Amino acid sequence: MDDFLLIGGKKISNRFFLGTGKFSSNELMRKAIEESKVEVVTVALRRVDGGGKNENILDFIPKRCIIMSNTSGARNADEAVRIARIAKAAGMGNWVKIEVISDAKYLLPDNFETIKATEILAKEGFVVMPYFNPDLMDARRLRDAGAATVMPLGSPIGTNKGLKTKEIIQIIVNEINLPVVVDAGIGRPSQAAEAMELGCAAVLANTAVALAQDPVKTAVAFSLGVQAGRYAFVAGIAQEKNVAEASSPLTGFLQD
Amino acid sequence: MLQRHLHHLQDFYRIKMTQITANEFIKNNSNLDFERLFTTTTINQLNGVLFLEHISLSHLPILLSKIALENIELLARKAHNITLRDFGKVVFLYAPLYAANFCENECLYCGFKASNKIVRRKLDASEFKEEAIALSAKGIRDVLLLSGESRVKTPPEYLVECVNTLKKYFSSISIEVYPLQELEYAQLINAGVDGLAIYQETYDEVVYEKMHKAGPKRDFLYRLNAPERACMAGIRSVSMGALLGLSNPKKDVFMLAAHILYLQSKFPWVDFSFSLPRIRPQSGGYQPDHIVSDKLFTQLLLALRIMFPRVGINMSTRENAQLRKNLIGLGVTRMSAGSKTEVGGYASCGKSEGQFEISDESSIEAVCSTITECGYAPVFKDWQTL
Repeated sequence: MDDFLLIGGKKISNRFFLGTGKFSSNELMRKAIEESKVEVVTVALRRVDGGGKNENILDFIPKRCIIMSNTSGARNADEAVRIARIAKAAGMGNWVKIEVISDAKYLLPDNFETIKATEILAKEGFVVMPYFNPDLMDARRLRDAGAATVMPLGSPIGTNKGLKTKEIIQIIVNEINLPVVVDAGIGRPSQAAEAMELGCAAVLANTAVALAQDPVKTAVAFSLGVQAGRYAFVAGIAQEKNVAEASSPLTGFLQD
Repeated sequence: MLQRHLHHLQDFYRIKMTQITANEFIKNNSNLDFERLFTTTTINQLNGVLFLEHISLSHLPILLSKIALENIELLARKAHNITLRDFGKVVFLYAPLYAANFCENECLYCGFKASNKIVRRKLDASEFKEEAIALSAKGIRDVLLLSGESRVKTPPEYLVECVNTLKKYFSSISIEVYPLQELEYAQLINAGVDGLAIYQETYDEVVYEKMHKAGPKRDFLYRLNAPERACMAGIRSVSMGALLGLSNPKKDVFMLAAHILYLQSKFPWVDFSFSLPRIRPQSGGYQPDHIVSDKLFTQLLLALRIMFPRVGINMSTRENAQLRKNLIGLGVTRMSAGSKTEVGGYASCGKSEGQFEISDESSIEAVCSTITECGYAPVFKDWQTL
């Protein structure tokens, strides 16, 4: 199936995006990326340790991958903008996942600050992919601020609870003419497939892969799950119904 | 620059802030019959609390109870799962750097206390730079600057100079110094500090007065409110703790939890972490009134992990290598490695005596190997000064 996702002028065939935190080793993370043929990975600038004697996470990411720098650790728009600029200057490219967390207890994204950062960075030419609490009006504000995609959370980060925000995500998919990437909370490949069946453009996961018993196989499973969900969406899957429906026509008696 | 840090203190939060002080909050929540709660809790009550996703302060005595200690495996399993979920298979590493060991206080339990006849020194600018270079050459990126507690010998201006040097070699800088005023914290933050470590030692005011015979540290409330002043000044992270052994350790842990809870609700954007140092042998020869066994120590740590899923747990080299290793999967998220507690210890530029004896003298490489053996990744960098 010739079905590419186009973001920032780049064609992406694997719609499963992978976060690079929480892995027990950089080498394991590299294998997970390789085996699952992931093309887009997020890397938090806070973890990039270049120039010293320590391992540098960037050395474990295949050259073919698109790196989306992550503003993890930013508590407001100003910090997110600074992090994005430092990441770009450090050679991490101009794709940025804006993650602004001003509540360290629940780690829920701060939409207000995220919108502000999106506007500033989009004007500077970044390909901005904001992570946010799903809300239609905020999705519109992000779009108008210049976001390349919107990335609503499926459920609170790290919980593996799946699409708890399904209803709102469906509305965003219907109303926002931008790729919708479900980010956070996806715990199983079947949940990733479910997001894709809704019409989401891609799924981003980290915890569910990094903490699996076999992260490499799990990354492959997610890749396949996302692909299956995408195929189903493109094919036009049958709708769920609450009651059985007669296969014989109910209006067969009408002659013309 | 200051404006940037005050950004967080938006009017919204100022209005929302309650008028209650940290001390009032802790006291209001500590008016409990602890001994009864600790001894009469049933296994069903314990299971009920362990089943909950969000645990309140009123549940904490159940996790600190005798029955919880007898069923510590249940606590360990829950703590392990929570830590894995929220922090992943990583352990962050840091190291302390002692700039000086002068002190104006008389803390009965501390090797640095003013009356102790030990070699005192303060690194000058070039010695300090040498020390910073020596430590960073070992791969350490997250440094904790310690100065002893003498405002006269190591005034805030000296600390700012130290930070200016450190930021050339490290990506994250925390301080563990005498309590400062809000504006002084802001000056250090502007210089490049992102974390504060300050320990109340004990939350029992009577014991506190007994333990701190002389010096500015006798002011219980000034120390208690130091983390709040740093939060007001815009600090990113705060590590708190009680020195286990000075008073009833379970009560101290309960009040530490109340203190963290108070600050979390007032400053939700700040990353809080805790440390549970146990008293170690000192040059002064102090022996603790309360002995905290490994099992009790582990229970206290697990109880706090379950209560605060996303709060970091720091573990210093006060604890031995085996215990540190065993606690990796149970909640510890940040460890010191290759630590020297002597002034000038890394560059060997005229050493002094250390603040406490180190139990884990493993090299950084050995600590990394241990972490890897446990199935975790050692991480040297988790923030960089913006």
